[in-house]
Amino acid sequence: MLRFIFHRFLLMIPTLLGVAILVFFMLRLMPGDPVATMLLGDAGGANIPKAVIEAERVRLGLDQPLYVQFFKWFWGMLQGDFGFSMWTGRSVAYEIGIRLELSLQVAVMATILAVLLALPLGTLSAIFKDSWIDQTIRVFSIAGLAVPSFWLGMIVILLLLTYFSWIPPLTFTSLIDDPWANLSQLIWPALAVGYRYSAVSTRMMRSSILEVLQEDYIRTARAKGVIGRLVVARHAMRNALLPVVTVIGLEFAFLIGGLVVTEQVFNLNGIGRLFVQAVARSDFTMIQALVLLVSVFFVLVNFVMDMMYAFLDPRIRYR
Amino acid sequence: MKRHLAVLVGAAALAVAGAAWAQAPISGGLLKFAVSAEPPNYDCHANTSFAFIHPVRPHYNTLLKFDPPKYPAIKGDLAESWNVSKDGLTYTFKLRKGVKFHDGSPFSSEDIKATYDRLRNPTGGVRSVRQASYADIASIETPDSLTVVFKLKKQNASMLTNFASPWDCVYSAAKLKQDPRFPERNVMGTGPFTFVEHVAGSHWTGRKFEGYFEKGKPYLNGYVAIFISGAPMVNALAAGEVVAEFRGHSPADRDRLLKALGDKAQVQETPWVCSLVVTFNTRKKPFDDARVRRALSLAVDRWAGAQALSKVALVRHVGGILRPGYDLAASEKELVQLPGWSKDINASRAEARKLLQAAGVPNLAFTFTNRNIAMPYVPVGVFLIDQWRQIGVSVKHEQLETRLYLAAQQRDNPTYDAALDFNCDFMDEPNLQLQKYLSHDRSPINYAQQTDRVLDDLYDRQSGELDKKKRYALLREFEKRALEQAYTVPTIWWHRIIVHHKPMKGWHIMPSHYVGQDLADVWLDQ
Repeated sequence: MLRFIFHRFLLMIPTLLGVAILVFFMLRLMPGDPVATMLLGDAGGANIPKAVIEAERVRLGLDQPLYVQFFKWFWGMLQGDFGFSMWTGRSVAYEIGIRLELSLQVAVMATILAVLLALPLGTLSAIFKDSWIDQTIRVFSIAGLAVPSFWLGMIVILLLLTYFSWIPPLTFTSLIDDPWANLSQLIWPALAVGYRYSAVSTRMMRSSILEVLQEDYIRTARAKGVIGRLVVARHAMRNALLPVVTVIGLEFAFLIGGLVVTEQVFNLNGIGRLFVQAVARSDFTMIQALVLLVSVFFVLVNFVMDMMYAFLDPRIRYR
Repeated sequence: MKRHLAVLVGAAALAVAGAAWAQAPISGGLLKFAVSAEPPNYDCHANTSFAFIHPVRPHYNTLLKFDPPKYPAIKGDLAESWNVSKDGLTYTFKLRKGVKFHDGSPFSSEDIKATYDRLRNPTGGVRSVRQASYADIASIETPDSLTVVFKLKKQNASMLTNFASPWDCVYSAAKLKQDPRFPERNVMGTGPFTFVEHVAGSHWTGRKFEGYFEKGKPYLNGYVAIFISGAPMVNALAAGEVVAEFRGHSPADRDRLLKALGDKAQVQETPWVCSLVVTFNTRKKPFDDARVRRALSLAVDRWAGAQALSKVALVRHVGGILRPGYDLAASEKELVQLPGWSKDINASRAEARKLLQAAGVPNLAFTFTNRNIAMPYVPVGVFLIDQWRQIGVSVKHEQLETRLYLAAQQRDNPTYDAALDFNCDFMDEPNLQLQKYLSHDRSPINYAQQTDRVLDDLYDRQSGELDKKKRYALLREFEKRALEQAYTVPTIWWHRIIVHHKPMKGWHIMPSHYVGQDLADVWLDQ
């Protein structure tokens, strides 16, 4: 098992290196000058003398050859220094750090909600296939797939505003500092995102259980006289979880940087919004760090999923 | 009907606002307001956006400032009094006593000198985007710690109002001496509020400066500027999470907020020193031909357009190169004589078709570059394309994200055909608004990129003319030439609408969203 973990861990390094090279050089192909964009501001403003733009390019090191820029950035990154945002001038690590807690919390809350809903609902739906229970759960989950989470978020906000003249707080408070203020802000986006997330997982769980229930070993267990509940709990669920774990893992990694519109709807100062702003402002150092961050999350989640596969299905670790 | 109702509500609200102005202010409270964008750095001298002014201005003072209820009148901020010599070449300011910076250090005339030297002659990597405004200053002298004397190379009609610019925050000479770029990353002024924190992407907080020179002010204990935009911002206003947004709302947002807030809302409206102008790329055929440009200007029915667009967008007023209503702007009688401003649109369009025929482009087709921002760029763009279609011109609407939109117009050899540009200033002042019409080698913000020395000469003459009547006449000459040549033509001027919660008092709308934002007089009636 240890060898398996070590092997999987080593594979992460070339993946991240490839991402770093790709993102750095592809960004330089983007139209628009980051310095001119920064000096003009979001709203656009007065023209800036060329000499000022050139001086700023020199200060940011953008006048140097691309390979020099790349190695400087890469060397800094290896030492944990992601550089400074070309837009704000503040450390990239600071800019990401103040937003990561929020994005992680929403992702974790949405995942918990999705897992709590998806596992029992998907299983019930499969066990009572074609019954009214199955039909109800299917309506619930298909609605979740059809409704974009940002739209659901907008509806939630409008309902709160119309009936309670209240909207969730606009600024983030850490869960440790004030749990009530924190949850009253983040529970709503977590619900909106978690519902869609649970719908995907419920559908996956249902089809996976249905498939497993057709297997020979299930028939054998039933033939041996194992009661239905135990057949599902002990034999079917564990095997059915493999594809569900994949969906849950990928969705979790996506939530770290992918909640762009939901963050806008709830005015959340998260990674997704930072990503969009960085692209709009040609903030190269920020985009590079964010792409790497999201890649690290995907790679880590894949790694954890591999571990879980091995745990759930011993055949994988013996291969 | 809806518009009449809104006007009535607005008028009533302004009357209430006038009464509130006279009401005795109450101290205390935290003002929460929305800002729909975020400043990239903290240096007043390098910024150009309201996104900077709204959160940052309360930390600073300027030499002079606009008097909100009496706009365009100015009053002293750090200056107690001032005197302009008869020849208009010497400006002497007596400064307030007992003013302190937020770190407790005393303010003096040296700080004014250091600030204006930094503005007019930036060194050490400092960015000053207002260098041109102070190019006429020959020297700055400080005969004593509370007197500062500006000597000019030549007369400048806008110099006094320039000293009221909200961008000219006064910095500490000592801090600038240590590091000329100190204000880029630090906030330390003499203003009514001290800096507490800026959480990037979220909010900006200021706290009452107990050592503020105006006794009893500011009234607020502090303020929080929350960075939020679009529908969530309107929701936040409706829910009372913020009590105001100081840039401006669309008519639809105003109506929605009035419906949601009822008598808790107060509306203030005014014409805005902002306009959208059509810029033709004069380096590209056929837009190098004045007949083509003038034809396209003639085709636009500004009078009918203003009426229709004001229902859906924040544009409302028909004007020439200066804001309608401003005392140096053309009257309606003068305006209708100009090509493109006649009320007989059929005659204008007939002339436009003839001009296109004469220029050899009766079936003109081109791409119109616009910004992909809904309010008011997109509706005005759609309106213009419809107007041009009515003289047989086909136009492709290219809506670009801000970065690409600006890049398309600002590159050295632009390839765009025509674009919708904006002209927004902190005050009514020809020296500012006319920058879009000057030759490109004198004004890099003129994206039409023409060279017209007649216009340049008229600009210089009006700029140095201290007699208002003579300046008015020169401006009419400039306007006639500019609109006949039509390198850049105004479309419709903006209308500023602010909806705020009634308990916010002491804030008075002005024709610019850049001024009147130090919050020193704002208080909460609760």
